[in-house]
Amino acid sequence: MTNARVLKLVLGVASALLALVAAFAITSLVLIIAGDPVGEVWKTILRFPEPRNRANIINNATVLYLSGLAVAVGFRMNLFNIGVDGQYRIAAFTAAVVAGEGWLPGYLNTALAVLAAILVGAAWAGIAGILRATRGVSEVISTIMLNFIATSIVAYLLREVAVREKGSNNIGTKIIPEGSRIPSFSIGDGPGTEVYGFVFIAILAGFLFWFVLNRTRFGFDLRATGQSQTAAVASGISVKRMTVIAMLISGGIAGLVGLPILFGDAYSYGSTFQSGLGFAGIAIALLGRNNPIGIALGALLFAFLDEQSNPLQILVGVAPEIVAITQGVIVLTVVISYELVRRYGVRLEQREVARALARPTDKTEEVPA
Amino acid sequence: MRRTTKFAALLTVGILALTACGSDSDGGSDAAGDGGSAAPKSDVKVGMAYDVGGRGDQSFNDSAAAGMDKATKEFGMTSEESEAEDGEAENAREERLRTFAENGFDPVIAVGFAYAAALTKVAAEYPDVHFAIIDDASLADVKNVASLVFAEEQGSFLVGAAAALKTKTDHIGYIGGVETPLLQKFEAGYVAGAQAVNADIKVDTTYLSQPPDFSGFGDPAKGKTTAQGMYDAGADIVYAAAGGSGAGVFEAAAESKTKAIGVDSDQYKTADASVKDVILTSMLKNVDVAVYQYLKSVDGGTFPAGVTTYDLKVDGVGYSTSGGFVDDITSKLDDYKQQIIDGKITVPTEPAK
Repeated sequence: MTNARVLKLVLGVASALLALVAAFAITSLVLIIAGDPVGEVWKTILRFPEPRNRANIINNATVLYLSGLAVAVGFRMNLFNIGVDGQYRIAAFTAAVVAGEGWLPGYLNTALAVLAAILVGAAWAGIAGILRATRGVSEVISTIMLNFIATSIVAYLLREVAVREKGSNNIGTKIIPEGSRIPSFSIGDGPGTEVYGFVFIAILAGFLFWFVLNRTRFGFDLRATGQSQTAAVASGISVKRMTVIAMLISGGIAGLVGLPILFGDAYSYGSTFQSGLGFAGIAIALLGRNNPIGIALGALLFAFLDEQSNPLQILVGVAPEIVAITQGVIVLTVVISYELVRRYGVRLEQREVARALARPTDKTEEVPA
Repeated sequence: MRRTTKFAALLTVGILALTACGSDSDGGSDAAGDGGSAAPKSDVKVGMAYDVGGRGDQSFNDSAAAGMDKATKEFGMTSEESEAEDGEAENAREERLRTFAENGFDPVIAVGFAYAAALTKVAAEYPDVHFAIIDDASLADVKNVASLVFAEEQGSFLVGAAAALKTKTDHIGYIGGVETPLLQKFEAGYVAGAQAVNADIKVDTTYLSQPPDFSGFGDPAKGKTTAQGMYDAGADIVYAAAGGSGAGVFEAAAESKTKAIGVDSDQYKTADASVKDVILTSMLKNVDVAVYQYLKSVDGGTFPAGVTTYDLKVDGVGYSTSGGFVDDITSKLDDYKQQIIDGKITVPTEPAK
């Protein structure tokens, strides 16, 4: 038992090392081919980030983490929620309107807006869940379509409620009143070192994710349905009910994705609000193997790599395309090396099992390796 | 297992070899062109923050790049640049500006209104660094920010008039990239110009995407199908105010043997040879002129501040004549131009509802 655990740990470390080594080699090769200064690039990437870069990394990772969690809930049940992108945008827009109107004072207003975002995100994902449960429509197709619809609805409504600042070419919702913003805290001196207060809510969401999935009967049902529907049905689980509930939860978490930005930085939803977070979440959930700690590491890696883009372009003069290639290579090697090591682990396990099975019947012929 | 170890060992060897090579190719990253002694020298380090698409977009960003290249060459300035990624975080834009400011770049030029919120913060954090922003005037009162804006509606008015004078079906079209207030200025001017020539003209208008989806500026396929729809419905000239998507509009025009109007730069000169003859004219938005003049002023020792509007009067906007398709109507167009400059015609900046 302990032996297996040690092996798991060793394999985990080995996969990380393998990924690093491979990423380092391939990236260096790309840089040499592109004629960029390899030494400078690595010095810039590996330099310990300045306080304001650290703040950016934590902030962006917070947002990506929530997106990764939302996708992972679906994955755990074999549901591919591609609609996180539409869900978070329509939810963030709703929250921005509710908070901007300021019907309630102070943090009551914030709470109402957050609740609205969760409900809208859940409802939007729920449409796909119900379609899947009642009509067997693939959630992949329906969520992609719902993304388009969300984009158009938000664009239309934004035009209706938008306020325009004088001289600006941007449009946005009403600015959230100061008393309803979620305060940031500083992690260093100088400008730009503010970390979203929402980071704690994200951590809480991660804990709840772990607790519900691993420590409750509901979580067991969900994982069981994901692993084998027939087995789930046999043990009395309603797959349809679980499908709808899983999509609702996934959408509810997706509703939170845009909120750190909304309440900690932008204070309104406008045409420059960050897009594409839902798709990043898919990659991060895969990278983190749908595990709350793994997703956190994946989100931090993504945020860290994103943060390198500017210094590499400005200080080292690397073309933005090369920066993007570098990021892609690093993510890819992490995924591949993890898979290689996992397969190796499985093979080890199988051999162990085969040996254990072979032992009581010693007289039989040799087991082929 | 053995294979994996071998693989890892191979990689390690490879890396050692590579890092050894790496140190050789070090140095000489920029400032490579400092060979000539005749070239003027300047201590000015220009930082250029592009919008999505960056240098090479054959449109807005490229125009800014051209202005900067001309200025840095002429005045011996050094420069570095960085471009925005699609769907990047707001703090990535802030960080881009801060990285420039922290590393001694002054001035720092932000291309595009998307930088407005980021610049509001960063300009306050670095009061000694000078910034310029293109297409935004919301920071008019900030002392260390110069706002460079354009009267796109005036240039669009002229190409709208040109379309109305040239159409044979009394039916023209407008395709905007992304439905933002900025692009609505193009639409409003174009429609007003066409109606000034012919009050009964039919103008179809549409946009390729809605914010925050900015894909409409870089989707030639969508530009093509949308334009095809307009041509099929009877329009014979379509104004493509859609950045990179314009290439698709030109293709559709070439296939249906109709005309199109380019935007931002003289697209007759940059378009593919197979489609350039469909480009009746282009609405010129001379971002390069604005950037060049800003840097010229910096070279002269003064950092401009406040709003500078580039309109017809200063040739900040206009229309192109390459290809010779509008030669027979230039007198009429120049007449409209003069009327706008004299204030006899006021061009709307928002489409009529």
